[in-house]
Amino acid sequence: MLETRGLTASYGQFKALFGIDMTVAAGECVAIIGANGAGKTTLLRSITGVLRNGPEMILHRGDPIGALSADRVMQRGIAMVPEGRRLFPSLSVEENLLIGGQVRRGSGHWSLDEIYRLFPILRERRHSPGTALSGGQQQMVAIGRALMSNPELLLCDEISLGLAPVVIRDIYAALPTIRASGAAVVLVEQDISRALSVADRVYCLMEGRVTLSARASEITREAIHAAYFGEAA
Amino acid sequence: MIWLDTVVQGVLLGGLYALFAAGLSLVFGIMRLVNLAHGDLIVASAFLILIVVETLGLNPFLAALVAAPALFALGWALQRFVLNRVLGKDILPPLLVTFGLSVALQNGMLELFSADSQRIAAGPLESASIDLGIVTVGTMPLLTFASAVLVIFLLNRLFYSTALGRAFRATSDDAVTASLMGINPKSVFAIATGLAMVIVTIAALYLGMRANFDPSVGPARLIYAFEAVIIGGLGSLWGTLIGGAIIGVAQTVGAQLNPEWQILAGHLAFLVVLILRPRGLFPRAVD
Ligand SMILES: Nc1ncnc2c1ncn2[C@@H]1O[C@H](COP(=O)(O)OP(=O)(O)O)[C@@H](O)[C@H]1O
Ligand SMILES: [Mg+2]
Repeated sequence: MLETRGLTASYGQFKALFGIDMTVAAGECVAIIGANGAGKTTLLRSITGVLRNGPEMILHRGDPIGALSADRVMQRGIAMVPEGRRLFPSLSVEENLLIGGQVRRGSGHWSLDEIYRLFPILRERRHSPGTALSGGQQQMVAIGRALMSNPELLLCDEISLGLAPVVIRDIYAALPTIRASGAAVVLVEQDISRALSVADRVYCLMEGRVTLSARASEITREAIHAAYFGEAA
Repeated sequence: MIWLDTVVQGVLLGGLYALFAAGLSLVFGIMRLVNLAHGDLIVASAFLILIVVETLGLNPFLAALVAAPALFALGWALQRFVLNRVLGKDILPPLLVTFGLSVALQNGMLELFSADSQRIAAGPLESASIDLGIVTVGTMPLLTFASAVLVIFLLNRLFYSTALGRAFRATSDDAVTASLMGINPKSVFAIATGLAMVIVTIAALYLGMRANFDPSVGPARLIYAFEAVIIGGLGSLWGTLIGGAIIGVAQTVGAQLNPEWQILAGHLAFLVVLILRPRGLFPRAVD
C-alpha cells in the first residue's frame, strides 16, 4: 500500500536519510526503531509531505506521492500522530478531535463517539483546552485526532515518549481496536520490546540507513543490538 | 450633560475605528502579518463603492454589497499570489511588500481619480439624528457603531462556532500540524484576507459616507486601526472594539477641551494604555 524507494532527505547541507526502502501492506503494523537522531521522525515527515521529496521516492497505492504537500497526502488517507503530540492550544479537546476529520472524513469505524469509547476520559475533558490535559491524555487526543479521518495508514511518532509505564500501557491497549478498524499502523518507537510485542514487522534505522528489516516474530536480541549500535553481528 | 454627550459621541466614533481595525486584527491574528496597505485598501474600496454608486445609480449600501464579492476576490488573490510567497519566519519581507503596495495604491489612485476629495452621497441619512432621551445621536454614527458590533459579533461566531473558524485557529496555532489535518494553510490565509477585504468594504462604506476622502488619507486610517488593535490586545476582536472606543472617546473629549487637541488626545490615550498595559487590555494567553 505504501512504499518508499531509495528515499533521501536532508536539512540544508545535512543529509538525514540515505536511500530508505520500506513497504507497508494494507492492515499491517510496522515498527520503526532506532536510536535518537537515527532519522525516524525525518522518515515520517517525508512520508507525510512535511518534507518534500522526489515524486517517485514514495508510492501510495502505486501513485507517486513524494512531491505532494502535507494536506494532499493526508487527504489520501495517511494520518499522523506527530512527535510531541502537537495539540492545537486554541482548540478544546473536542475541537482538536473534530479538526482531524474536518477535511477528510473517510468512511469507517471512527467517529467522535467511537473515539470517546476508546478513550472515555476524553469525553469528560472534552471542553478543556487540549493543552490543559496530562501528557497521556494529550497523547490520546493526538491519536483520536488522527483517527477521526478514518485513515488507511496511521503513522505514530514515539507515542510513549515521556509517559509513565501505566499510561503507556493504557495507550497501547487501544492498538488492537485501531488495527481491527482496518488501518495499517507504523509505530516509531524507542521502547523496543513494546514495539515488538505489537508489530508484524520491524525496521531498524541507524544514521539514516535501514540496518535491519525482519518479521517481529523472527527477530533476535543480538540482531537488534547489532542494528541499533552498528556492531558486527 | 455636555460630557455625557461627548463620551457617547466618542464611543460611536470608536465604532468607525473598530471597523478600520477589524480586518487588520483578523489578518494579524491568523497569520501574524501586518498589512501596511490596510488603510489604502479601505480608501481604494471607497473609490470602488463610489464608482458603483455613480455608474449603477445604486444606494451606497447596495453598492457596497455589489463591491464586497469583488473585493473578497481581490483579497483572496492578493494573499494567494503575493503575500503567501513572502510569509515566513522573517517578518520583514511581508512588511516591505505591503509597504510597497501602499505606495503603489496611493499613486495608482492619484492617477485614476486625481487628488480631489470625494464623498459617497448618502442623502438624508447624512444629517439624520435620533433622540435617545438623555442624548441625541446622529443616525450615521449610530449605524456605524452598530455595524462594528455586528461585524465583530459575527467574526467571533465564525471563529468559535464554525469549521472554518476552527481551521483559522488551528492554522494560527501551528500551520505545519494543521497541514497534517489536511488543511492547506495557504488557502486558509487566502480566505482570511478575502474576509478581511469584506470588512474593509464595510469600513470603506462608512468612511466614504461620513467624511471626504482622497487618495492620500489611507495611512492616517491605518494609524487609528493600529492603535485600536494594540490597545485592545493583538488578536482579540472585542478588544479591538474597546480599543476603538477608547481612541474615539479620547478624541471627542480632547476636542471638547480644545478643538485642536482632538487628534493629539487620541494618540496620547494610545500611549498611556501602552505604558500601563504594554500587551494591550485583552492580550491572548498564548503567543
Ligand atoms: N529541523 C532540522 N534541521 C536540521 N537537522 C535536523 C532537523 N531535524 C532533525 N535533524 C537532524 O536529522 C537527524 C535525524 O533526526 P530525526 O529524524 O529527528 O531522528 P529521530 O526521530 O530518529 O530521533 C538528526 O541528526 C537530527 O539532528
Ligand atoms: Mg524523532
